[in-house]
Order: sequence, then structure tokens, then C-alpha cells
Amino acid sequence: MAAPVVRTSSAEVLPPPTERYTLLGWLKKNLFTDWFNTLLTFLALGFLYLIIPPLLRWAFTGAEWAVIPANFNLFMRGQYPAEQALRIWIVLWLTAIVVGFTWGVWSKEISPALVVVAAIPVLLMLVPFFAMETRLKLLGVEILGVVGYVIGRRVPRKHNQIATWLLIITLFASVFILRGFGPEQTDSLWARVPTNLWGGLLLSLLLSIFGIGFSFPIGVLLALGRQSKLPAIRTVSVLYIEFIRGVPLISLLFMGQVMLQLFLPEGFPPIDRVVRALVAIILFSAAYTAENVRGGLQSVPKGQYEAAMSLGLSTYQMMRLIILPQALRAVIPVLVGQFIGLFKDTSLVALVGLFDLLGIARVVLANPDWLGTQQEVYVFIAILYWIFSYAMSYASRRLEISLGVGQR
Amino acid sequence: MSGQAQQDDIIILQNVNKWFGEFHVLRDINLNVKRQEVVVIIGPSGSGKSTLIRCINRLEEHQSGEIIVDGIPLTHDVRNIEKIRSETGMVFQQFNLFPHLTVMENITLAPIHVRKMKKDEAEKIAMELLERVGIPEQAQKYPGQLSGGQQQRVAIARALAMRPKIMLFDEPTSALDPEMIKEVLDVMQELAESGMTMLVVTHEMGFAKEVADRIVFMDSGEIVEVGTPEHFFTNPQHERTKLFLSQIL
Repeated sequence: MAAPVVRTSSAEVLPPPTERYTLLGWLKKNLFTDWFNTLLTFLALGFLYLIIPPLLRWAFTGAEWAVIPANFNLFMRGQYPAEQALRIWIVLWLTAIVVGFTWGVWSKEISPALVVVAAIPVLLMLVPFFAMETRLKLLGVEILGVVGYVIGRRVPRKHNQIATWLLIITLFASVFILRGFGPEQTDSLWARVPTNLWGGLLLSLLLSIFGIGFSFPIGVLLALGRQSKLPAIRTVSVLYIEFIRGVPLISLLFMGQVMLQLFLPEGFPPIDRVVRALVAIILFSAAYTAENVRGGLQSVPKGQYEAAMSLGLSTYQMMRLIILPQALRAVIPVLVGQFIGLFKDTSLVALVGLFDLLGIARVVLANPDWLGTQQEVYVFIAILYWIFSYAMSYASRRLEISLGVGQR
Repeated sequence: MSGQAQQDDIIILQNVNKWFGEFHVLRDINLNVKRQEVVVIIGPSGSGKSTLIRCINRLEEHQSGEIIVDGIPLTHDVRNIEKIRSETGMVFQQFNLFPHLTVMENITLAPIHVRKMKKDEAEKIAMELLERVGIPEQAQKYPGQLSGGQQQRVAIARALAMRPKIMLFDEPTSALDPEMIKEVLDVMQELAESGMTMLVVTHEMGFAKEVADRIVFMDSGEIVEVGTPEHFFTNPQHERTKLFLSQIL
């Protein structure tokens, strides 16, 4: 028998070993570990050499960027009349104060994301071709946003429903402000502006925000319906989801624009074309949301249902308080991915004759004054799409971190 | 004997049968539990112990026979089911705490939403219960930050917050590391001494010997033998009981 071994002194607690980085060491570790890696590095460098210099040459000497400032208002708001354009600013100011307020309610410390968002209006003020008046209006956005934030910080976080309701009210108020009240085609500020004049980035954003806002709750209901014990509800949900997922969005958009009117009774007032497109987008997106949320529901263990039931919660309470919060958290990345897709898919409405960002780009390109500027115009709107998509993706990652997904 | 419902029987099971598909998992179960009685159910795995206590609060549905809990017959009537569930606390093998809620929120959720209690009052009761299970300092943490033993004690507090008349325990220590089993058993013993009616499925023979008023031995979906701990550990009668006890002791 071996003698027992007993520790007489405690082993020292040490910090983990650190690697010292030198430029050469980094290069070797990341780019030249073996011959294959080295080959790939040189191939990539060669590829970049072929691509980047011509791109820069085009961007700085060849491209006719004048097309962008000359049509900037068109890109932003389509044919929304200049006499009423101040209303768009009113919407922006309202949004700034409410978003600032919401941010203040939710987060009491000044995060990098807040600084970036707060810097946006200031950065936009530096755009060289903006008129002084535009810059002052942007300054208004900045000030109102800060004011909203300062007020919001004084509201304790447990009252966050106030912020949610304010956001929803603002959303609907914005539509009324943009639509106006009086008769059409007058010079008054509040004259009605028919939706066929709404366009550009304004229309793209409205379609996306309302598309996401409405398709999300409908999708959640469909996902729950698909799991329902009642055969009627389950069958309707499954049929709906499978039918919508079986057809492309563009066909729904065409159906809305061309065929819907045929189904409505004689003398029924024609439905607004933007609304028809929006409904098609909502119906389409809801089916995909439903399937994503279903994935989340399936990821919640059976024990959670049992624990909720054993405490005497009703089915509604169990879903609202226990199951959905966990299911939705689990699918935030997928849902945001889908919403980014929805945002970009709104560009399909250009094919049914609406003038969203892509539609308006085609209008600009059809103008004989700007012949041959396809590259400049498409690069510009691509950058706009990218900025908004990236912002959504970034926001979702922040949301995941603040909700602690994957940590608990 | 089992057919006569007595006044102080809080749980009455009469000729209860249940099948999982073709598999006859509960076979003609007859069992009465008195108020303040602690009944421990033992038996080999797959014998239907868990299914039996899960039938009592309708996590599983029995197909024939009668279950009456505190005078309320367990039928398809949803109101009866919810009433029985709010009078019956349950503790699970896997704790089943709500991971997205703090310990405090886990405990106060049902009192606030089912009993319609004021938040302050519910939190006061929750703190008392956390004191009772010995972890008041963990109130603001999330379940994932606690050890298994602490989580199970929170689960017991969560069930007690509804002021149940009966507590069901479904293998409460089977998922715990050995050094944490005692802290949970101590809480359960204290609860039994306070007069709670308890039905406990467990493999902890020490607990059964010390705390149980009666032990029920199940095998293959049947109740094979019922008796006091003394009877069980000194003088078991049925062959299957003897075999089982010889395997585990």
C-alpha cells in the first residue's frame, strides 16, 4: 500500500498567462500559420488589389455624385409636396422626443449606443449640401431627443408601460400628421396629402415599421393557434401559415393591387394602394413570424408548463407570464433577421407601382437630366438600406445582451 | 376499507386506472390520505409512482376511477382543476423554476396573479418563506445563479406561497448533488412537522423511515404494500417488497 498523500500548503492562486502581442507575432499567428494559410492570404491580397483601387478611382473621380444632392428630397420623401414637408419634420421631432424619453426610462446609464444615436443628428448637420434651414431643423431633432431623454431618466423603470404606450400613440399620430386633415391640393400646411405622393425613404420606413408592428402580434397568435388543442383553431392556423409560405411576396402584392378590388362588392370605395401593399406585407410576414415563434415555443421545456399549471395559473396567464417571455427571448436573433428581410423586401412594392426608396430611384434614373447615373443612385440607396439593416442587427445584439440570452 | 370516504381524508383515490397508449401504468389504485399525514411512495423506477402523484393535480389525466381532493372531485371541469391546483403545491425533480424571473418574482407570481394578492403583501409572505427555507439573501438573484439545493428550496417556497393544503413532491432530491440533498430534506422534515399533508415520491429511505407516517410500495402500476415505516423496515410481507428493500438497503 502506498502512503497517503496530504497537502501541507495551499497552491498559489495565479493570474492566467498573458500573450504578448507584437505586430509580427499577430501576422504570423493570424495570416501565415502554414503554407495553405499563407497562400490564402496572398490570394486575398491580390483580390483586394484588383477591386479596391478601381473602386476608389470611380468613387472619387469618375462618379457623378451631383445626382444625389439634386434629388435628395425625392429620395427622402418622394413626391410629398414641399408646402407640407414641414409635417415630416414635426413627425421627426415628435419621434425624437418619444424615443429619447423611452431610452431614458429603460436605461439610466449613458452607454456607447446612446452616444452613437445621439450623434446622428449632429453628424447629419455636417452634410455639405444641406441648407442652413435643414441644419437648424436637425438641431431641433437633437435638442428634443435630449429633452425627452432627460425627462425619461426621471421616470422609474417600473413605469415603462408609459413609454410603450407613447411609442404606439406616436406611431399612429404620425400617420395622421402625414395624411393631413383639410381638402387636397391647397397651400395650407395641413392639407391632405394622398398616399400616392408618399414615397422614398419615408414610405420604405413606414411600410417596415407598420409591417413589423402588425405582423409580430398576428404571428405570435398564429404560433399559439398552431399549438392549440382546439382542432378548428389549429387547422386554420396551419392552413394559413402553409398557404402564405407557399407563395412569393410579390404575388401577394400583385393580388392586393390588381385582384382585391374585383372581390369587393360593387360600389365599395377603393382601398388605398399603400394600405393594400402594407396588408400584403403584414400577411406575408406574419406567417414567417409564426413559424419562428413556434420554434421558440418548442424550446421551452415541458417542466415550465407543468410548474405554471401546478401553481394554478390559467392557460392565458401561463402563456403570457411564463412561456412567451422565454420563447420570444430565444428567437430574438431569428426574428430580427426576419424583420431585416422584411425591411429590404419592402423594395418589392416598387414593382407594383409605389415609389418607395427603390421606386423613386427608378424615377430619378428615368429623368433625362440624370441619364447614366445608375451606379451612383444604386450605390447610394444600397448604403441607406445597409445603414438601417445594420442598425437593426446592432440593436438586436444589444437587446440580447441586456436580456441575458445565452447567459442563464 | 378504501371505499369508505372518511371526513378527515383529504385525498381519496378509488379504483384509479391509467394507460399510456397500450401500457397500463396505474392499475386499480385505492389510497386515502388523511389531513396532516405524510405518505412516502417508494418503488422501482417505472412503477407508476410519479404518474400517481401527477394525477392528483391533473398534470396527468386518469381514465377511470375517482379522485377527490379536499372534497372536490377531479373531473373535466376546468374550474375544479384550477381550484385543486391552487390548493396543491408541487415540487419537481428538475425544480422547474422560471429562469427569466428572479427568486422573488418566482415566488410572488402565483399569489399575485391567481390569488389576486397585493404585491407588497405577496413579497412579505415570500420573504417569510425564504427565511423558512433558509435563503432570504438570494431573493433578488435569478435561478441560474443558485446551486441545485438552493433552487429546490426556492421551488418549495414557491409552492408554499399559495398556502396549499397538500404538498406533492416528485423525487425532489434525485437531481441534486449528494452534498445538497440534506438541506432539502431538512426543509421537508420541518414542513412535515408543521402539520402539512405531504405525498412524497423518493428514494431517500432515511427520510421515509424518519418522517413518513405511512409508506406505500408500488410495483408495475400497483400498490403492493402499505404500512408504517416500522412495518416496512422490520417486517415486510410481500415478496416483491422484500426483494425491492433487499436491493436498495
